[in-house]
Amino acid sequence: MTTTVNRSGPGGPARLLRAEWTKFRTVRAWVVAMTAGSLVIVLLGLSSASGSHASCDGGPTEAVCPAVPVGPGGEAVEDKFYFVHRTLAGDGSITVRATSMTGQIRKPDVTPGVRNVVSGLVPWAKAGVMVKQSTRQGSAYAALMVTGAHGVRMQHDFTHDVAGRPGGVSEDSPRWLRLTRSGDTLTGYESTDGTDWAEVGTARLSGLPARVEIGLFAASPGDLTVTRGDLGGSVSAVRFTEATAVFDRVDLEGETSGGAWRNDDIGVTEAPDGSPHHPGRASESGGTFSVTGVGDIAPSIEGQTVERTLTGVLTGLIVVIVVAVTSVTAEYRRGLIRTTLIAVPRRGRMLVAKALTIGTVTFAAGLVATAITLTFGTRILRANGNYILPVSWLTEVRVVVGTAALLAVAAVLALALGALFRRSVGGVITAIVLTVVPHVLATTSVLPDTAARWLLRLTPAAGFAIQQSIPEYAHVLGHYAPIAGFYPLAPWAGFAVLAGYAALALGLAVVRLRRRDA
Amino acid sequence: MTRNLYAEWTKLRTLPGTGRLLLALVMLTVAVSVAAAAVVSCTSSGCGYDPAKIILFGVQAGQAVVATLAVLTISGEFSTGMIRTTLAAMPGRVSVLATKAVILTGLTLAAGSVAVLASAPAGRWILLGNGFPPESLALTGGPMLRAASGSVLYLALIALFSLGIATAVRDSATAIGVVLGLLYLFPAVILMVPDADVAKILWQISPMNAGLAVQATTHLAGLPLSPWAGLGVLAAWATAALLGGGLLLRARDA
Repeated sequence: MTTTVNRSGPGGPARLLRAEWTKFRTVRAWVVAMTAGSLVIVLLGLSSASGSHASCDGGPTEAVCPAVPVGPGGEAVEDKFYFVHRTLAGDGSITVRATSMTGQIRKPDVTPGVRNVVSGLVPWAKAGVMVKQSTRQGSAYAALMVTGAHGVRMQHDFTHDVAGRPGGVSEDSPRWLRLTRSGDTLTGYESTDGTDWAEVGTARLSGLPARVEIGLFAASPGDLTVTRGDLGGSVSAVRFTEATAVFDRVDLEGETSGGAWRNDDIGVTEAPDGSPHHPGRASESGGTFSVTGVGDIAPSIEGQTVERTLTGVLTGLIVVIVVAVTSVTAEYRRGLIRTTLIAVPRRGRMLVAKALTIGTVTFAAGLVATAITLTFGTRILRANGNYILPVSWLTEVRVVVGTAALLAVAAVLALALGALFRRSVGGVITAIVLTVVPHVLATTSVLPDTAARWLLRLTPAAGFAIQQSIPEYAHVLGHYAPIAGFYPLAPWAGFAVLAGYAALALGLAVVRLRRRDA
Repeated sequence: MTRNLYAEWTKLRTLPGTGRLLLALVMLTVAVSVAAAAVVSCTSSGCGYDPAKIILFGVQAGQAVVATLAVLTISGEFSTGMIRTTLAAMPGRVSVLATKAVILTGLTLAAGSVAVLASAPAGRWILLGNGFPPESLALTGGPMLRAASGSVLYLALIALFSLGIATAVRDSATAIGVVLGLLYLFPAVILMVPDADVAKILWQISPMNAGLAVQATTHLAGLPLSPWAGLGVLAAWATAALLGGGLLLRARDA
């Protein structure tokens, strides 16, 4: 009888947790509410997925959407450009001098129906030299380029981008570009005079075959304008642009097959009558090449994301908050807190045990709900013809587990607020105003993007960043705002902000509980 | 009726929380409106923003305080058992609810007016400094007057809506969860629904989206409902909640 060890003694952690778990499990309303919260996440997610149909022609007949190419890293990509190329066997290099880069941009129509085209370059219009595995869209590549407003860049495999010297090109200040291939390694060099060369960067394209395509390219991403939707949210419109670059002093070293350059309009879209829509073009005279391209070589962020299936999480969060706050305030209302504190005189431990219990229960319920919703929601969306941006399984696991953890940590925050206020209303309202309201205001209101970003940096709602599956790319122009599903903090950094708030609140609650009569 | 009013007024007046909540409503509304106005600026090419929505932005935060006040008005009595004393003194249960509604509406209208009257000129002054054209900010102009007075009515309707829900649900934590859930979740769900028709229907029945249409002064043609019709939707929610709450109060033991 006297062999009871300290860990399971009256104040031991195991006993404490068991006591708190028993309290939670025997209140039917809490168990029901927790189950209902999980069900809401699943049902809202699946029903919104099954109500969402997409087809590609908008007409009465359903058309299959064209397949979106996937890059070497597994991400969706846009791979659309004009390519003047030859086949290179083994090692070699290409050197060119870029003497001009011009283009056209279609701006929003001033008079409806009249095309408003101005000359100019979009910031990420790009032209230069490229080595690509094949002309298949999405295949591995490395390219050295001049851009509209970002100077010389070395890019490879869609997601990688290294900056060279800034500045544009003109007759007076041409840029020399050189790309050499040695096995799997591609190295880019730039020069202003063709004699002094500076290395821009290197790329390793593992598994690059011996025979690759090498040549000149031009591309110009669409011009982006973002307007606010009438129902909240934002509407992005992309309009036609094209870029033309002039190259001379083209020098190809290595074993190239065939005598002539081949022209390919990679990934050009076709109009319904089969003719190319906004085609690129190229011409050559006396060793001077002019290449005009439309499109972009970059990761694509156009499509639905896996986290879109988690529509119900905000609703579930409110349920979790109510249960978590009530689980501590109910003890005050009924006077049970005095019995609890007689049984467990170490007040801090009692509160931590409560937090652990509510956190674990919420995490388990949330994990089941988010795993089911994301797995089946994405399947339903795909079956309905929606395009979902592919992500790695690791990212999916992070979204699922992270969302469950988000709910759990928010529950701990709510519980701590409940213990601080000792009143349900104060606790619930503070928890909702701290976690749900900033997210709703940042993503749906008239607030400008900068203010929305600050809301999602400073408040516990920053934790929602854990749900973002598609990263922001610095070298792709996009509407990276909370309203479009992009959070200002990295996933785990945002989660850390929420966890910090929860830890702070729990600490304050413990101090308050120790100092005040119950 | 006068005695009922007096009794309810005394109860609400002597609660320490009431004054603090009303003060919080004014402070929060003004602070959030001013903060929103400070971060918005207008370029020479034009403004994408509705100035009225910006200078009355604090209403979206202030409504949470109004909901708290309204829920506490009745659920405080349920949790302490005071409701039994109240009903013994005033056996007409529906009239108890009606009296509470009158007092609550009066308090919200008063505090809401102060909040809006302070927010609008302060926000206007900041927006003028941020480059908004003065003609879009004429405070006595028709649309702006409608936005301001509509916002006060909006807050009063939120109070009635919350009172109805709290009467039906009784538990304060659940009531506040339901109210804030219905208010804040619609906009989030609308954003997530890819189908435009479904999103439009959800917008039209959403108490917050439809109700705040009364603040719109630009792009009125793009709204699924006209400003006053939108406020009507919120009025319908409030009526339904009060009716449901009243019926349950009559039908159930307290």
